Amino acid sequence: MHLKNDNSLFEYLVRLGDDRLILGHRLSEWCGHAPILEEDIALANIAQDCIGHATHFLNAASEVENKIKTADELTYFRDAIDYKNLLIMELPKGDFAFTIVRQFLVDSFTFLLYEKLQNSGNKFISDITTKALKEVQYHLRHSSQWVLRLGDGTELSHEKTQNALNILWLYTNEMFESDEIENSPSLKNFITKSSDLESEWENKVISHLQNATLKIPEMQTNYLSGGRRGIHTEHLGHLLSEMQIVARTYPGAKW
Amino acid sequence: MVTVETETIQQIYNLLKTISDPEIPTVSITDLGLVRNVEFINNKVIVTITPTYSACPAMHFIEREIINTLQLNLFENVEVKINLNPAWSTDWVTKEGKIKLKESGIAPPLPIINKVEFKQNTITCPYCNSNKTILKSEFGSTACKSFYFCEDCLTPFDYFKPI
Ligand SMILES: [Zn+2]
Repeated sequence: MHLKNDNSLFEYLVRLGDDRLILGHRLSEWCGHAPILEEDIALANIAQDCIGHATHFLNAASEVENKIKTADELTYFRDAIDYKNLLIMELPKGDFAFTIVRQFLVDSFTFLLYEKLQNSGNKFISDITTKALKEVQYHLRHSSQWVLRLGDGTELSHEKTQNALNILWLYTNEMFESDEIENSPSLKNFITKSSDLESEWENKVISHLQNATLKIPEMQTNYLSGGRRGIHTEHLGHLLSEMQIVARTYPGAKW
Repeated sequence: MVTVETETIQQIYNLLKTISDPEIPTVSITDLGLVRNVEFINNKVIVTITPTYSACPAMHFIEREIINTLQLNLFENVEVKINLNPAWSTDWVTKEGKIKLKESGIAPPLPIINKVEFKQNTITCPYCNSNKTILKSEFGSTACKSFYFCEDCLTPFDYFKPI
């Protein structure tokens, strides 16, 4: 990696943008496939919000780097190693229970994070998160209600939800890793460190999961991480190849 | 005292009133509370607007409409700024806007009382005014609407959800 002037703000905006972009893309895969029409519309709506957040974060990242690359170029012409989303965002959508549990775990995290970031002294960060927080609030309401309904539902829905939770739990620790970017002198006064959100997230999430009669998986000492450093699961490559193929086949195409 | 400048700004507002959100064609962008500020400095018009939702697909369309409308009315130098913060609230929809929403079959947003809890208030059917309505889904035909059903006139309708 070459040194240039401190690019931690750029990196941080890209992380926030990539989280929303990749999650939004996964949610959009439900369009036309959800178990009921209302959920088809709901998941597509939430996907659209996520991609809206991504657009704002990546536009801001582009501005921070004096528009060396536009938000579209960042989206369509970066390879997996340059994507900085959390691994939990890129996992295949799975069944409906898997999508809902992921959404609940991520919404809970995003809500706490944006709630803090809306007061940031950096205008990009505060503007985007102030706006996005209103939307994440009803995403969280939606996923919370479904977790209750599925977890405390039929034997089959309970089993599927528990299975999803057992897998997804391995990816939750990564949300609270604070690395040198978050601790960089130029950034640390403008953000809340992810690690500072962990206990509040845990309290809220665990009590809700227990209300839904779900069993909390044992804390793993060996959890999965790497997304923030560009080390991804194989799933991201497949997602990107689908998302980027048109822009890469016809560079400069407008639609 | 009415200066030339305040008159000009009033004139610009009147022109903006003729532009509507393409997803809700009967309601103007001023009635929706999307226009946050109008300035007229050195013969340049600066209009500040805010999106209803982060991913509002109509923003660029509205931006173009503002520029076209003002240029047709001889304001040559027009800039549109898009501001996210403070975030748009349904409390900014005007009284007239709420009447027009109802006339086009969309139940207007109730005032925001509590920010965090989703209090399920009684929503009145925009067609028959019955209060026997049920929430079918918090998500509707566009990001800004929830989906309701009237048990009296058996009509599905959109509710402009308060944010
Ligand atoms: Zn009715």
